[in-house]
Amino acid sequence: MTQHSHLIACGECDLLQRKVVLPMGSTACCRRCGARLYRHQPDSVQRGLAYALASLVLFILANLFPIVVLAIQGERYDTTLYGAVQALWHQNMEAVAVLVSVTTMLMPALDLGIMIYVLLALYLGRMPLGFSSLLRAVQSVRPWSMVEVFMLGLLVSPVKLMHFATVIPGIALWALGGCVLLLIAAAGAFNPRDLWEQEVAR
Amino acid sequence: MTAAPITAARCGLYACRACGLVSRPAQAMDALACARCGNDLYMRTPDSIGRTWALLIAACILYILANVLPVMETGSLFGTQTDTIMSGVAYLWTSGSWPIAVVVFFASVAVPLLKILALAFLLISVQRRSAWQSHQRARLYRLVEYVGRWSMLDIYVVTILTALVQIQSLAMIRAGPGAVVFGAVVVLTMFAACLLGQQRSVHDATYGLSGLTGADAGPPGGSGRGGFYFALKRFVSLPT
Repeated sequence: MTQHSHLIACGECDLLQRKVVLPMGSTACCRRCGARLYRHQPDSVQRGLAYALASLVLFILANLFPIVVLAIQGERYDTTLYGAVQALWHQNMEAVAVLVSVTTMLMPALDLGIMIYVLLALYLGRMPLGFSSLLRAVQSVRPWSMVEVFMLGLLVSPVKLMHFATVIPGIALWALGGCVLLLIAAAGAFNPRDLWEQEVAR
Repeated sequence: MTAAPITAARCGLYACRACGLVSRPAQAMDALACARCGNDLYMRTPDSIGRTWALLIAACILYILANVLPVMETGSLFGTQTDTIMSGVAYLWTSGSWPIAVVVFFASVAVPLLKILALAFLLISVQRRSAWQSHQRARLYRLVEYVGRWSMLDIYVVTILTALVQIQSLAMIRAGPGAVVFGAVVVLTMFAACLLGQQRSVHDATYGLSGLTGADAGPPGGSGRGGFYFALKRFVSLPT
């Protein structure tokens, strides 16, 4: 197999182009269709790691504290993310409980875990074990991590209870909101193709 | 840019989907892996069109059921009330929060239906090896992939409500059978979209290798294919 590491094929239109050395912080675009080809951002590992670690802290908080509090006739009822999954399980809705826990807890945790492991190893100047399979795993984990959709659900459900009780946002709601934003920022900085290019350039 | 765009496929080169390395495969068609990251360059999923159809048809049947069966049962002092997805939307609309009603309607009713229709349309065009509007169809696929996840919204709303409203004497909210079915629709359409995505890489590989054997190495202008033809090989047909 002959490698042509000086060439790049556009991901959108497959146009074959020669790679150029980019000035710091700039992006190379396809000359035919304008799609983004690669970036030159020497600090992307540091930034990605910072976002991912901050996101992990908020994700842990979001799982420990109640997400919403329901105040009705002087009494307060609250639920955590895990409590919500448990409630579904006890109602013989095991399939839905599994779906909810996988998409809001397991997959985001895997996504964050892999990102932090890979970026931390690169930051410390080492080649992470299983680099290629981990990068591929992230690609297949990401579609199933739906924290942002869950966040929208958290904003919609109080409206349904408006006439019935007062809904107070819990600590985890704010944590989850921050976690979603940081997760998006981390995913933006964690680009497998750019990471491969950096690995080779080393 | 001249009439003949120099693409990787036309040069018999293959760009790895995972790491982007451009390489020229050595000989055998089978067991090709990227030299740098080890990702499959040539992914053959047996009968993936048939399997995608099976998933889509199942999703279609379940979609109808999901709209008929109750997703939520509310028990209170005044008796039990069941809610389907549409009646939930209607409740939100009449209780004064129409923007949220619109959001829920799009996420739970419109998006799954449009996703099923879009995937069926893409699948038919793959089978017919059509070259029509290839660029737009590639965009449609990416849109479907991105928007599909938002239909989980209703499942999450039901989850939160069931967990919160468990006041024994006053009110109880339970998830209904519709929630299970609806969850299955979301999962099935995600798998279908994923399989269709693999379909595209099969054609990519075939195309990249056909350039190698010279079967398709003639002047591109002569074949009457426009530049957008190559956008087609994102996932659709590749007449040889």
